[in-house]
Amino acid sequence: MLTPEEQREIEQEAASYPERRAASIDALRIVQRRRGWVSDEALADVAELLGMSPAELESVATFYNLIFRKPVGRHVILICDSVSCWIMGYTKVRDHLKARLGINFGETTSDGRFTLLPIVCLGACDRAPVMMVDEDTHLDLTPARIDAILERYE
Amino acid sequence: MANVKLTIDGKTVEAPANTLLIEAARRAGIEIPAFCYYEGLALQAACRMCLVEVEKAPKLMTACTLPVAEGMVVRTNTPQVAQARKSMLEFVLTNHPLDCPVCDKGGECELQDMVFRYGAGESRFLEVKQHVDEREWSPVVFYDRPRCILCFRCVRICAEGMGVAALGVVNRGASSEIAPNRGDHLECDECGMCIDICPVGALTSGTYRYRTRPWEMQHVGTICTHCADGCKTTLGIRNNRIHRGNNRDRSGVNGEFLCIKGRYAGDFAHHEERLLTPLVRSQDGFKPVSWAEAIKTVAGRFAEIRQRGGKFGVIGSNHTTNEENYYLQKLARTGLGTNNIDHHRTGDVLSLLRARVPLATTADLYHSKAVLIVGVDLAQQHSFLAYQIRANWRHHQARVYTVRRGPVREDKIAARIVSVEPGGELAGVETLRDDLAKEPELVILFGDAIQGEAVARLTEFGSSLGIPVKYVCLVDYSNSRGAVEMGVLPAEGGMTLPEMMAAGDLDALWVVGANPLRRHALAGKPFLVVQDLFLTETAQAADVVLPAASAYEKSGTVTNVCGEVQRLQKAFETPGTKTDLEIFGLIAREMGLDLKQLGPWTPSAVFAEIARTVPGYDLPVEVLEAGGAVQAGPSDGLPDAVWAPVQSAGDTLFTSGTLGRYSKMLNAVREAPGELYRA
Ligand code: SF4
Ligand code: SF4
Ligand code: SF4
Ligand code: FES
Ligand code: FES
Repeated sequence: MLTPEEQREIEQEAASYPERRAASIDALRIVQRRRGWVSDEALADVAELLGMSPAELESVATFYNLIFRKPVGRHVILICDSVSCWIMGYTKVRDHLKARLGINFGETTSDGRFTLLPIVCLGACDRAPVMMVDEDTHLDLTPARIDAILERYE
Repeated sequence: MANVKLTIDGKTVEAPANTLLIEAARRAGIEIPAFCYYEGLALQAACRMCLVEVEKAPKLMTACTLPVAEGMVVRTNTPQVAQARKSMLEFVLTNHPLDCPVCDKGGECELQDMVFRYGAGESRFLEVKQHVDEREWSPVVFYDRPRCILCFRCVRICAEGMGVAALGVVNRGASSEIAPNRGDHLECDECGMCIDICPVGALTSGTYRYRTRPWEMQHVGTICTHCADGCKTTLGIRNNRIHRGNNRDRSGVNGEFLCIKGRYAGDFAHHEERLLTPLVRSQDGFKPVSWAEAIKTVAGRFAEIRQRGGKFGVIGSNHTTNEENYYLQKLARTGLGTNNIDHHRTGDVLSLLRARVPLATTADLYHSKAVLIVGVDLAQQHSFLAYQIRANWRHHQARVYTVRRGPVREDKIAARIVSVEPGGELAGVETLRDDLAKEPELVILFGDAIQGEAVARLTEFGSSLGIPVKYVCLVDYSNSRGAVEMGVLPAEGGMTLPEMMAAGDLDALWVVGANPLRRHALAGKPFLVVQDLFLTETAQAADVVLPAASAYEKSGTVTNVCGEVQRLQKAFETPGTKTDLEIFGLIAREMGLDLKQLGPWTPSAVFAEIARTVPGYDLPVEVLEAGGAVQAGPSDGLPDAVWAPVQSAGDTLFTSGTLGRYSKMLNAVREAPGELYRA
């Protein structure tokens, strides 16, 4: 069940489009912002609210890699694996992250603190290698800097 | 719409403005290859197979989305176009497994044909192909991702055609795949439309997969025996077995449509409990006997009862052919001297025929500007009629009105919905008067909620609207309509089915392809003869059981819910069984009846007599023979027939009376018997 606030927010978005389905991305983000991810149940509820089939909404949800269809940790690390970062030492940074957190891509640390995901170019190639943690971009990464950065996220 | 002139490959072509280029070319005999374009479905423009050169356009254009325009100059035969097709096919094949030797679709695959005609001989891709294991979404539908070319025809036919929307595409991008609505499984109509429409072997069916090759089957077009909609199903037969049903040649009233029953529920015919030898009751239960002995037993008793002026009852079927129905009632009336003949009446056709109002065809449901559905869950009970109306709404913006007791799928496309309590249907219809009177024309469909007096009131309502109105009286099973029109009804003085069951003083009761003991108790101890495929409740009580051939094992004609007459073609044989018509003939001969007067018992001879004597049935035999459908003309309203209340068997998409009980496929799907999954 969607909460009344979620419903209200989604309705607001839907009202600004000529077709309700157009609000699907916003709606998924609204749910994700409150719950951290979008469960099957939430997906079906949103689909119904917007007059779509769950399968159709799923095709939207799975198209965007920032809509999470599995539970994620309190913080999501997105590390750029595109070409500039790769040239500038992505592999080392990635391996360090994985070792430090003890997880692979797509996994969450057992304390539920971090989820690690790869992402395409973040548009900060001049300061590669780059990663984002939640909404923050971290530039010029080195293994040592990474340790300090992770400390900041509880 | 005004026509425009354009040039395609140097040929001047005329087409209505707004026609899609791909269609205009097709009509001019120029093929533009396409995977994702599919007539009648929304445009997708996903496959890029249809790229053509258009003068003054900077790059190749997709012919499937481009409307024709005056003066347009198109080329489909240039090196650039040939190169584009080749390249697109090379892409399509990047991850395609090319397992044609074992693929169900091999031999009738659009991808094979396309590569053969337009493809390159070799590929430049050296990478390892991505493999994903095959998935079983339901006992009916299996998905093989590597074979999928992502044309989205399945997604669209399910959403648009069926109104179900059970399929979507997930992980769009390099790892796109089709996924069912419940993640790992389907909850849907299980109609197999998605499988049928798939251009490749990505979707395969539980009944057909890995069984045979298309060219090793005989393809026999006959009429589905389940509901009354009269869909043509082309059965794929090999070694006396049905391997599949489809209608890819779109030759019937149903075009390519079939529901789960027409496509997969023919398997009842091969059920191991099929009766294969006549049975006669003895002290210790049933004894298998030869056909000769069984016929002798029946004819002997019938003749003896006839001689002493005993009392007969005859119960006919909703599944047997017109020829069988006609011959049976004639045999009963002239041979047995009884007027006690009836069948399970599932809809009040009789009252509708008596109202002498125009009757709609299945095509009318697709063309009429407005449709009113009264008291029935059409998508569940008349899947094809519902499909026609949905297509009408999609293609012609038809206005649909529903008057019903609970939610139905048609509500989704309805201009107005009226909720009623049982019995409130007519009053519900009346509330729509102002809207309906504004329509240019109307088709009214009604189920058993409207019967007797109510039919007359409904047709009076229709006539009072002042617009052309046509009607469909919904009935169950493949030939209920034919049973009425052929006279499997008591005339004045005859007993109805419930009366026969309750009489208690019948000397003999002859039940052909029906199972009245499921609904009624039988009073008294008449000599009970049952012709059926299975040992039904009624057959278990019989003195003689005669194993009958199913509709797929005989020729003849049937009349669908809209009065359209179509031909059955014998597709295979189940040794040990006989057609009901042959059984009637054998009994008549053994009884020593006047065979001259009864006439020969071959379907064509009986049909010739029907054409001469049954009003409305003087139909062009050539059209029927060629597999066409002809609506029977206005009948005389059957003045002699006795009216009786009707009751639908209430089958769902996943049940079909007795036959449905013996269809393994119908019972295997999780939606069966139809409660889990409605609207
Ligand atoms: S079987 Fe029919 S209802 Fe089910 S997914 Fe395929 S097209 Fe849709
Ligand atoms: S499964 Fe078949 S119909 Fe569906 S997208 Fe793939 S190739 Fe097309
Ligand atoms: S709609 Fe009726 S006639 Fe058509 S395939 Fe289904 S059961 Fe058979
Ligand atoms: S490649 Fe990493 S930010 Fe552009
Ligand atoms: S047919 Fe035109 S893009 Fe597929």
